[in-house]
Amino acid sequence: MNASVAVTQPRREGAALKTKDSQSLPLTRLATPGGKETTPRGTPVSEVAFEVDNLSCWFGQHQAVQDLSLQIPARAVTAIIGPSGCGKSTFLRSLNRMHELVRGSRLSGQIRLFGENIYGPRIDPTLIRRRVGMVFQKSNPFPTMSIRENVTVGLRLNGVRNRVALEERMERALRMAALWEEVKDHLDRPGTSLSGGQQQRLCIARALAVQPDVLLMDEPASALDPIATTKIEELIQELKKDYTIVIVTHNMQQAARCSDYTAFFYMGRLIECDKTDKVFTNPSNKQTEDYVSGRFG
Amino acid sequence: MNTSSRYHAWRKIKNLTMSGVSFACAIVVIAPLGLVLFYLIAAGAGAIDWHFLTQLPKPVGETGGGMANAIVGTLALLGLASLIGVPVGVLGGVYLSEYSGERMNWWIRFGADVLNGVPSIVWGIVAYTLVVVPLKGFSAYAGGAALGFMMIPLIIRTTEEVLLLVPNGYREAALALGIPRWRINLQIVMKTALRGIVTGVLLAGARIAGETAPLLFTAFGNRFWTHHLKDPIAALPLQIFTYAISPYDDWHRQAWAGALVLILMIFLINIGVRALTRGRFSGATR
Amino acid sequence: MAETLTTTLGVTDDAQLAPPSKVGDRLFKSLAMVMGLSVGVLIVLVGFTLWRGASMSVHHFGLGFLTGSKWDPVQEVFGALPFIYGTLVSSLIALVIAVPLSIATAVFLTELAPPRVRQPIVSVIEMLSAVPSVIFGLWGIFVLIPWLRMHLFPWLQKLFGFLPLFQGPNYGVSMLAAGIVIAIMILPIITSISREILRSVPDLQREAAYGLGATRWEVTRIAVLSYAKRGLFGAVVLGLGRALGETMAVTMLIGNRPEISASLLAPGYTLASVIANEFSEATTDLYLSALFEIALVLFGVTILTNILAQLLIASTAGPKASRAIQ
Repeated sequence: MNASVAVTQPRREGAALKTKDSQSLPLTRLATPGGKETTPRGTPVSEVAFEVDNLSCWFGQHQAVQDLSLQIPARAVTAIIGPSGCGKSTFLRSLNRMHELVRGSRLSGQIRLFGENIYGPRIDPTLIRRRVGMVFQKSNPFPTMSIRENVTVGLRLNGVRNRVALEERMERALRMAALWEEVKDHLDRPGTSLSGGQQQRLCIARALAVQPDVLLMDEPASALDPIATTKIEELIQELKKDYTIVIVTHNMQQAARCSDYTAFFYMGRLIECDKTDKVFTNPSNKQTEDYVSGRFG
Repeated sequence: MNTSSRYHAWRKIKNLTMSGVSFACAIVVIAPLGLVLFYLIAAGAGAIDWHFLTQLPKPVGETGGGMANAIVGTLALLGLASLIGVPVGVLGGVYLSEYSGERMNWWIRFGADVLNGVPSIVWGIVAYTLVVVPLKGFSAYAGGAALGFMMIPLIIRTTEEVLLLVPNGYREAALALGIPRWRINLQIVMKTALRGIVTGVLLAGARIAGETAPLLFTAFGNRFWTHHLKDPIAALPLQIFTYAISPYDDWHRQAWAGALVLILMIFLINIGVRALTRGRFSGATR
Repeated sequence: MAETLTTTLGVTDDAQLAPPSKVGDRLFKSLAMVMGLSVGVLIVLVGFTLWRGASMSVHHFGLGFLTGSKWDPVQEVFGALPFIYGTLVSSLIALVIAVPLSIATAVFLTELAPPRVRQPIVSVIEMLSAVPSVIFGLWGIFVLIPWLRMHLFPWLQKLFGFLPLFQGPNYGVSMLAAGIVIAIMILPIITSISREILRSVPDLQREAAYGLGATRWEVTRIAVLSYAKRGLFGAVVLGLGRALGETMAVTMLIGNRPEISASLLAPGYTLASVIANEFSEATTDLYLSALFEIALVLFGVTILTNILAQLLIASTAGPKASRAIQ
């Protein structure tokens, strides 16, 4: 009914996530092994990974995202769903400053990553992109590199030379991506010699090797068969113990299976964002209900 | 009824005739290559021997001698030309493909195409003014400069094309990893397109190797070995030209031999290029 | 997990990785930009060099340079008309021979030939374009000219001797000989550009014609050739541009006589040839400057021709066709 934006106010540390109806949701604080309150990279973690305030994105004259405000909780999986063209991918790419790479693109509003404005005047976008990793719809391991080289490329091309460190990080990343056992004996084969599902996990390992704070995933399993998709979804559940994950998907069942929180976008606006259970069983907004029950989109 | 079927027959005849005519034209077009190659081999093969490939030209009027210095000279000039042509051409192509905007792109491409149409002798004059005059003499540098200028627009265009073929997904993935732009271009994009870049350079080299006009008053030619690059240098095409217009039969014979060596060099490069790009481009449907 | 990473690498935050150097990005981009702009620099360089070298001659002879028909280094009288004439005539002869052959071949390759026949022919044409000008000149001197002098020219004179085109003594070296060789040399480029142009004609056009019950030739004529007219004209103009600049083979076959004659069998001289022959022998400053001015004329003419060709080709086939020029 009301297609208005679910506005959330800037929150204090420890406060609960509010929805449009001002119902507070208890945020489950997920404990890390060892009780550390940092991401693998070392950034102190707070309740909220991203705070998005009044974000708008344009491609030339076309406005793809309209005055969107949202909070993405840390160490949880947030799914973004909505019909094609609703601005999901554009929103995702504004989180790691990839939107601005498109000619003619524009952006307004503020996005804070663990308290820090990522669009601040002196912020280097390349640094942001190291902290916010991305996995794409079509897996794209670099064709001229072996598996080993693919995983470590983010480190090597940023100056890390220490062989031991590179090997360790590579093994760690491949284990985290549930690919180590399958490739450990042929790390020097070309990255493109793997199957589609394996290539996508390779890309995940590549992204994890630089130890981002957040992992963005743009329809990561849409090009994969069901078995490979399941593996990716299992992986996501493992990864969320250490990483904040934001996943864009057009597959509602996937969102229902994988995510802790779901945000429903429509025509560039945020319609509803809440715990996944609630969005799918008892959404507050009629449009959301129509979409998740398959009445449109 | 009668007239229409007769007209139809006439149309069929016209159709067949034109097919035949165009086929005949195709044959006529490829015939010259056969003719030229035939005479090259007939007249030149006999004259190529070890002496020819390793000896210096003999003084005027004496028989024998070879084109060793010209062969080496051509290679040296190719090397010098590449020093100018390859960095400028490849990086210029990178700029076109990775950095510059639509408008600038159009102008640079247009400029490159214009440059490609400049007669090669004009490049010789430019190199004369820029190198021969200040150095007060003909030199390998001047010849290399003239040929290098010619290589630049060729390599810019081929490099740009090849880089545009690299799928954008790779650039995006690398950007998302937080790798600086220049490293992406150098170590990922260019590396992916390396084979195509090399192909473009080789093809430009094959084009340049046969050029004579720009060398006429830059490299100038040399009957002896060149020991310093600031001295005049012999080159195969120059030598062929000089011998061909001379009145001596033996020199004519050697001109054929030199021409055969030159054409073999060029064909070898072209075949090498084809081997490099095999299977890369599927055959066109028309 | 976090602890072991820390021990291996020390601090696990950005301090470990090299700070993304803005310097690196800026340097690389600037370097690439300079190289890209070299195109403009080169064009200016060529124009400026020629202009400066020609200025003495320009001031001395003015516009009369282009209309003067006397080229006398000894008396220092220089007029470019014979060369302009020779360049134009030899190029025209080349076009008359090459254009019908090339376009017909392009038609054959795009519309008629099965792939197994097409590929070898295309390869042969590519190889033809790789043969250097000086080798055509060599072949021309020892194979073509004798044959012309002994067979074709006498035959032409027998049949068409009443035309001033074929009168006069028969040396072999002539405008016609040069024109024939230039034709051979521009065949590949006109053919390949024409082929690109014809390929860019949308199949819809062909299908429409077939649907009307046209024969293959009629389809080609109606749907393809007339659609591609402008682009094909561009291919022809491009061939002309190449022909105008041909140097070595022409020098070796044209006779190098700076005279204007009506006969195609007479020797001639072109802009490029006179530079090739006389540049390194120019004894006086004015002589050299006159040759610079000839180069300037040649440069101007070829640039204009090429620009025209580019515009024509781009208007039909789009930017893709112009890459076939390499």
